[in-house]
Amino acid sequence: MSTISRDEVAHIARLARLAVTEEELDVFAGQLDVILTSVQRVGEVAADEIPPTSHVVPLTNVLRPDEPGECLAPGDVLRSAPAAEQNRFRVPRILDEEA
Amino acid sequence: MQPITMTAAQIADAVAQGQISAREVAQAHFDQIASVDTELNAFLTLDTEGALAAADAIDSARADGEKLPALAGVPLALKDIIVTKDVETTAASKILKGWVPPYDATIVRKMRAAGIVVLGKTNLDEFAMGSSTENSAFGATRNPWDRTRTPGGSSGGSSAAVAGYEAPLAIGTDTGGSIRQPAAVTGIVGHKPTYGAVSRYGLIAFSSSLDQAGPFGRTVLDAALLHEAIAGHDPADSTSLTAPAPDVVAAAREGADADLTGLTVGVVTELGGAGYEAGVSAAVAATIAQLSNAGAKVVEISCPSFDYALGAYYLIAPSEASSNLAKFDAVRFGLRVGDNGVASLEEVMSQTRDAGFGAEVKRRIILGTYALSSGYYDAYYGQAQKVRTLISRDFSKAFEQCDVLVSPTSPTVAFPLGERVDDPMAMYAADLCTLPASLAGTPAISVPCGLSEGLPVGLQVMAPAFADDRCYRVAAAVETLTTAALGKPLLAHSTF
Amino acid sequence: MTVAHAPSYESAMSSYEPVIGLETHVELGTRTKMFCGCPTEFGAEPNTQICPVCLGLPGALPVANAAAIEATIRIGLALNCEIASWSRFARKNYFYPDMPKNFQTSQYDEPLCVNGYLDVVLDGETVRVEIERVHLEEDTGKSLHVGGSTGRIHGATHSLVDYNRAGIPLVEIVTKPVAGAGANAPQVAKAYVTELRDVIRALGVSDVRMEQGSMRCDVNTSLNRPGAQWGTRTETKNVNSLRSVERAVHSEIIRQAGLLDAGERIIQETRHFHEDTGQTTSGRSKEEATDYRYFPEPDLVPLAPDAAWVESLKATIPEPPSVRIRRLQEAWGLTDHEMSSIVNAGAVELITATVESGATVEAARKWWLGELARRANAQDVELEQLSITPAHVAELQALVDAGRINDKLARQALEGVLAGEGSPEQVVAARGLEVVSDSGALGAAVDAAIADNPDIAAKIRDGKLAAAGALVGAVMKSTKGQADAKTVRELILSKLS
Repeated sequence: MSTISRDEVAHIARLARLAVTEEELDVFAGQLDVILTSVQRVGEVAADEIPPTSHVVPLTNVLRPDEPGECLAPGDVLRSAPAAEQNRFRVPRILDEEA
Repeated sequence: MQPITMTAAQIADAVAQGQISAREVAQAHFDQIASVDTELNAFLTLDTEGALAAADAIDSARADGEKLPALAGVPLALKDIIVTKDVETTAASKILKGWVPPYDATIVRKMRAAGIVVLGKTNLDEFAMGSSTENSAFGATRNPWDRTRTPGGSSGGSSAAVAGYEAPLAIGTDTGGSIRQPAAVTGIVGHKPTYGAVSRYGLIAFSSSLDQAGPFGRTVLDAALLHEAIAGHDPADSTSLTAPAPDVVAAAREGADADLTGLTVGVVTELGGAGYEAGVSAAVAATIAQLSNAGAKVVEISCPSFDYALGAYYLIAPSEASSNLAKFDAVRFGLRVGDNGVASLEEVMSQTRDAGFGAEVKRRIILGTYALSSGYYDAYYGQAQKVRTLISRDFSKAFEQCDVLVSPTSPTVAFPLGERVDDPMAMYAADLCTLPASLAGTPAISVPCGLSEGLPVGLQVMAPAFADDRCYRVAAAVETLTTAALGKPLLAHSTF
Repeated sequence: MTVAHAPSYESAMSSYEPVIGLETHVELGTRTKMFCGCPTEFGAEPNTQICPVCLGLPGALPVANAAAIEATIRIGLALNCEIASWSRFARKNYFYPDMPKNFQTSQYDEPLCVNGYLDVVLDGETVRVEIERVHLEEDTGKSLHVGGSTGRIHGATHSLVDYNRAGIPLVEIVTKPVAGAGANAPQVAKAYVTELRDVIRALGVSDVRMEQGSMRCDVNTSLNRPGAQWGTRTETKNVNSLRSVERAVHSEIIRQAGLLDAGERIIQETRHFHEDTGQTTSGRSKEEATDYRYFPEPDLVPLAPDAAWVESLKATIPEPPSVRIRRLQEAWGLTDHEMSSIVNAGAVELITATVESGATVEAARKWWLGELARRANAQDVELEQLSITPAHVAELQALVDAGRINDKLARQALEGVLAGEGSPEQVVAARGLEVVSDSGALGAAVDAAIADNPDIAAKIRDGKLAAAGALVGAVMKSTKGQADAKTVRELILSKLS
């Protein structure tokens, strides 16, 4: 049974802001299906009582004092911007109020 | 002696004693790059001007009688996923082509302080996603041993540069094996430090909870010297360890005696057997026998959860990558495609990301986005995080019985270019042996241990967290034993 | 779309019961941002408070600001929350250009503070608003929309982004649903936000200025028939003043009631409040449900506040503002009405300080709620923005009490202080406002008035004492008001007796 459909791949690609082509969709759907089928084995061993590991370092409360550091020089901030105007990053029109 | 065949330790000594100038050393390496890199394609960017200026500064400091830092005048090849101020940094991606960062990674600052001369930036699989360096947007790198084969990946530019005598040292990054596997298939030494031992500030993130930069060298001692230069606490990285780093240089020197009396070596049952090339298995078995002869006690140890490492890795790494790579959005830096004054930002972003990312990167972004999406998190990301716990437990249990674990670094020798590019699962299998230490955050080194049909084989030595010195000690012993068995250093068998 | 008939608020309330919920964002007043050392000054030139971390440059990594963590725990303690012994940051993933990394570092299922409450007083009754969680996250940048007619996103040809605000620590305080407030729901919402503002201001962790956006409110509203299940809620964003909180709930209740009356259903959606019309409008409908793909932030390690740390922070929590108000009211001997007019005028601190500087409560109230409130109102500023200190007010009153100036002169002195001419004492001296108390000079003025008005003087001699007012007026005129009217009157009467 297929674990991920072509439509699902298309939906996920939109969520990830990837304008994939039709051909890419076909290829990815097939490959992702193979990969997911393989990686699904993780479900076999991980029982409920096992805690997940998100951080391997045994550290907590790593904080910095509230002291100012160095900012970028104004020229460096916009230096790599694809487009800038009025010392701001210029972007094409935004469709949504919020994603 | 030719500067390009000298070890980093030898160069540092010779420069410190005034036997050779840092400029001569740098120039000799640039000459070698000029003569071989059109074929190898190890470098993406050369910083000739910056490197020669740094070399000159070292030479004049010496002339002024100043005490030189530890690795003064030693050239280095830097994986192009490490951010360098004023030197283009691309992560081998079209989406970042032309980006000239306004800041230096912490390890770059540390290396400059150590007197290291950065020659340029090396090729890699785009955003470090791959095991062959074929996923670079700027062409594959070739293996100096056999130019029809890959130098491994993702740090293949760095491994090829060191194996091809373009630099005595290189920096790689290892997320699932990207230092160790390229080191193994190019016949050099590569170490993945304990997670948190080397600052990640300025390392372009692929999978934040796994990424770790580390050294390549042609000798174990060289790798240790570079390790020492880049390790240490960094307040700019919240996951940076505060404990003092172990003395890896002393360990490398100590191990060179090849006396392993009192040491117990565990051989991981799950990392070997079916699916492993016969020549690889044979070279590894012979090396283990030599370790036993050198006084080590050898035991078989089973780590059953390691069988699930591949699955866990290919959920965790793509998930984190899908989030880390969201910042490549055509707004603040990098490529912008389709901004015709009519298209919306959403369209421009999506077109830019489709055009700017290669197939493997897109595949992993989609996989990761899917694994994190609502309804699937528990089944995928959540389960994978639990497998991580199980793998750590397997390591802990194993290290109650032994001091280090060993395995092949990779199931095969360097594979031919093009062989696996259309088969992701076959490509992913190259990392089978290296994934457990990545997921557990524990240190592991790959050291050349023999040849299989004329191509290098690497032995992986894994140690508990914080015990990087054990990796270096055992690797140095393997180096001594292998050199004795082959009659000369393994790399000298390269026809390059 | 059917345009539903809008019922009156009263009729809406006769059919439905509202349930409200509030999500309040407070920008902390730390010196530096949440995860980097960039300054947080309001109103700086665009993109000048930026570094690789808050610009989301490749390779940069966050390190949490200790002061922001402490401020959040203190807010949690002031809101009677439990402080988590284990808390993590998480990434909230979505694409938006004012968010440099296209994920927001926030907190998801492991917030720093949970399960608290805030008591608010409405018309003398205490209402307990339960707090679900208090968590810490980073603010976004700001976009300027260009090319549209109104500076709105709609119709703009492009936008310009400034990341100065990106990464400023933002605390989100989420209430549990508040049911049972009935017709008072809008006032409860306003009272809650007001009290919350005062609590946070008393902690000194934020300037909580809604007009500058350092405190922002989202209001959830739903309606249900009495006894029925809670209805579908809407989330109203951009509610940027205390008054708007009340108006937003009020107008959303009326709008929803109109739809329900017409047999329509409420769509769960984001709505935007408009200050000018007092109405809410629908946010753009979303193509697909948002899926934030939260996961633990791998670049930050967990927070594990230990008991000793939390205890030491607990010791810094000031008396809750509402408790303090009740204590002050009792100490000052004021009625509920008198105290609430002080609170409503935002004069609690000012009057407290004025009293501490030696004035009576009566005098302090008279000045701050009278003359000074009028002037603040005329200038359209807050009382505290007037350039006069509580110490000045106390000094002014002391001059009056000592008889050195009268009320009229006091108002002139006040004017001088507000104009920046110095303290009341200095203004009185510089402007020569002191009453004429020199009995010689005053005697001469009185004699002159008597001589100029023989008829009036005769009436007074005949015992018609009320006529003295005219002579007092003449003396005040000749001394340009710088005499004490009472003294003048006594002098006239003694001379003519």
